Amino acid sequence: MHAVYACRLPNHRFPMSALHKIDLQLNGHAQALELEPEMPLLWALRDELGLTATKYGCGVGACGACTVQLDGQAARSCQLPLGSLAGRTVTTLEGLAGDALMQRLQAAWLAEQVPQCGYCQVGLLMAAHALLRQQPRPSEAQAEAALGNLCRCGSYPRVRRALARLWA
Amino acid sequence: MKRRGLLISAGLLAGAGLLVGVGLRAPDPRSRVGAPRRQGLALNAWVTIDPQGQVTVAVPRAEMGQGIHTALAQLVAEELDADWNQLRVQNAPLEALYANTALVLNVLPLQPDDDGLIARLARGGGQRASLALGLQLTGGSSSVRDAWEPLRLAGAAARHLLLQAAAARWGVGLEQLRTAQGFVIHGAQQLAYGELSAAAVAFSPPTALPLKARADWKLIGHSPPRLDLPAKVTGQARYGIDVRLPGLRHAALRQAPSFGGTVVGFDIEAIRQRRGVFDAFVLDPGTAVVVADNWWRAEAALKAHPPRFHAGPRGSRHTAEMRATLARALDQHDGTGFRDDGDAPDVLARAERVIRAEYELPFLAHAALEPLNCTAQVSQGQVKIWCPTQVASLARWQAARVAGVAQDAVSVETTYLGGGFGRRLETDVVEQAVAIALRCDGAPVRLLWSREEDFTHDVYRPMAMARFEAALDGQGRPLAWLNRVAGPAVGAEFVQRQLPAPLKGWMPDLPDKAQIEGAYELPYAIPNLRVRQLRIPLGVPVGNWRSVGHSVNAFFTECFLDELALAAGQDPLHYREALLQARPRHLAVLRLAAHQAGWGQALPPGRARGVALHESFGSICAQVAEVAIGQGRPRVLRIVCALDAGTLVHPDSVRAQMEGSILFGLTAALQGEITIEQGAVQQRNFPQQPLLTLAETPQIDVHLIESDAPPGGVGEPGTPPTAPAVANALSTLIGRRIRRLPIRLD
Repeated sequence: MHAVYACRLPNHRFPMSALHKIDLQLNGHAQALELEPEMPLLWALRDELGLTATKYGCGVGACGACTVQLDGQAARSCQLPLGSLAGRTVTTLEGLAGDALMQRLQAAWLAEQVPQCGYCQVGLLMAAHALLRQQPRPSEAQAEAALGNLCRCGSYPRVRRALARLWA
Repeated sequence: MKRRGLLISAGLLAGAGLLVGVGLRAPDPRSRVGAPRRQGLALNAWVTIDPQGQVTVAVPRAEMGQGIHTALAQLVAEELDADWNQLRVQNAPLEALYANTALVLNVLPLQPDDDGLIARLARGGGQRASLALGLQLTGGSSSVRDAWEPLRLAGAAARHLLLQAAAARWGVGLEQLRTAQGFVIHGAQQLAYGELSAAAVAFSPPTALPLKARADWKLIGHSPPRLDLPAKVTGQARYGIDVRLPGLRHAALRQAPSFGGTVVGFDIEAIRQRRGVFDAFVLDPGTAVVVADNWWRAEAALKAHPPRFHAGPRGSRHTAEMRATLARALDQHDGTGFRDDGDAPDVLARAERVIRAEYELPFLAHAALEPLNCTAQVSQGQVKIWCPTQVASLARWQAARVAGVAQDAVSVETTYLGGGFGRRLETDVVEQAVAIALRCDGAPVRLLWSREEDFTHDVYRPMAMARFEAALDGQGRPLAWLNRVAGPAVGAEFVQRQLPAPLKGWMPDLPDKAQIEGAYELPYAIPNLRVRQLRIPLGVPVGNWRSVGHSVNAFFTECFLDELALAAGQDPLHYREALLQARPRHLAVLRLAAHQAGWGQALPPGRARGVALHESFGSICAQVAEVAIGQGRPRVLRIVCALDAGTLVHPDSVRAQMEGSILFGLTAALQGEITIEQGAVQQRNFPQQPLLTLAETPQIDVHLIESDAPPGGVGEPGTPPTAPAVANALSTLIGRRIRRLPIRLD
């Protein structure tokens, strides 16, 4: 249930590499991409595929705004180069629109009026969803470890209350 | 003799120009309602109702999480008797009627309770100037304060038109009709608003529009679900970074690391060979830009071929030198006055014992989660902007200037903001985006700053240094209080950035309320009170950071006040209470926080409480922090907050703003620090400047005072008291005074 961090992308060398064909599973369907293997999944999702729910916050894997699920585990997509994703399964929030657990999470989020600006909330919901799939009633420590996402607006007290609703 | 020193800023008089002559009372809110328009079935400037009954409220303010789209809609919907489920909001056009007349009140150098003639003229004049200039701005915790009267009037006016239309259709008198939940009702008959709006636009509202009694409110004072949250939990909410347009290009940039540095080398030809790159160029002397078909490719190009910079004249600046500059200024200069009651220097000169202390605070970054961005398109003499901006009016003005077109050739669409906190009051990213768009052959282009650029090219909460001297009377109460605060003039520097280049150097050195606010409006009964400011530029861009000068001066004043209590051997709460006997509202807020926090009840060993009280943006907030120390580091266990913000339009949003602004202030108190070496900001991303996480969040208890007073500000007043409450508590625990932030216990 911990976020999966791929190897950090080397910032100092970005030669122009060849495009690679990369096939992966995205939101329940096969997705063929032909892009640079070092392009982070985040930018393929946002700028190539138009899936903008997943957000850019820091680019170094520190804030969690870019959280997706990779093979069912929370992962920070700014740290996932496309070249590492062949044959893998990626889910974004758009792909969980019909998911019963995500709908319960979203309902709890609305009941507690969790978001303020809301920019970090997609990442938080994705991390919370991955956590609850693994651990339906997480301890405080498990929740804190899984939800390291940064929120500048200070929605954390309401995140706690929203999660508590899910097993009330 | 008590004498109120009052300063009228000459800049305000000169700049507004309209303050001379008649009509200096506050503008009539009815003048801001607007007339009905057949087109679009607009019942007035604020309300449109379509035939299906959907009610659209025009909102001229940016939604950045403070819930004002919802609050403003509530004001209209309440008087309109609309069905909340039929409500939606839409950005208002950029027209003078939608200007923010309350934000200007924050910059006036007045005492909050000053109701004298000059104060009223200044406020009225400032409000009229804001309307005349059409300043559509969001900030200063002013949106609800500004909207309170005109939007309720707009709702009432719209309702009246619907009543007139129904009365005409049924052939009955108005007095036989009532409204509820989107219907006009006559006995057993009813007509939905959607069936009436087309006819209603032909009528005119009366000049006298009574508003509902408080007891009849169904929306105001309640907390209907926020209108923007459903989209925010499904990922459909559109922030500036999410704008998608056909043919959209993406721009990334690098700005000189040291302020005032210049680009001296940039491998434009090599970058242009890269896949997906449209262009690379030096945008202005300090900025290198790449435009590509995908933002990552633009950033990758800059990483592969980083521009080379010359450090420039400020390239050797560093934090230690800036602190020394402030200290030297305080050594050598008295400063200019902001308050001078009695004769503090005389009392201090004759006092047996003078208590002295020096305090300081660092620069702070905004670090909103959505990095700065702006999308612009310049085509056929028209400029279009899509931007998460707090200043649509200024964005239009600057865009027109950069593109060389008239303002009415510019359209600005304000998206949701992924946090603002005052950073998006700046138009730097707008000016850059338009300048880039001019080079994109009519294609739209989104400029997105990397997180590193966002951190290192912020407009920072200014560094500040303060010196205090005080003498106590026989009962231990402050007899004289002398406070001098040195730091950059943040208000003036903000204004200066809006001026066109030829005028930038013209700004006179005027008293700067934004730098000293929170220091001179102390509510405590101190007979000899002198507050002076030293405006010291430090060569680092400074701007409005949530609660502005209050974020600095609440820490300074509330911590020093605790030192006086300690010197007097008195409990810090009781010490404050004794000085607030003439201030019942402040006293009530303070006592509520203290009572709810269990002040005075025994704590387990190793724990302590600290208190702070501060008024800002028209509201009064008190906080009690309960702290411990674990493994040599501060642990904040609980913060109890009491707030008097007058009438609370959406109490749940007010709670959320308190929780959020406390965490904002707490992050700063424990971890916030921007340092400069070799002219450049050292903190480039979250690992170097961490935010508090969920795991580190204390219990926060918010207690709201019910009040009939008009609404006060809510977005910012919760931040100033947090750092001093925590510092006061920790000071008690460690037995020495904490006089600087971030808190270090070693």
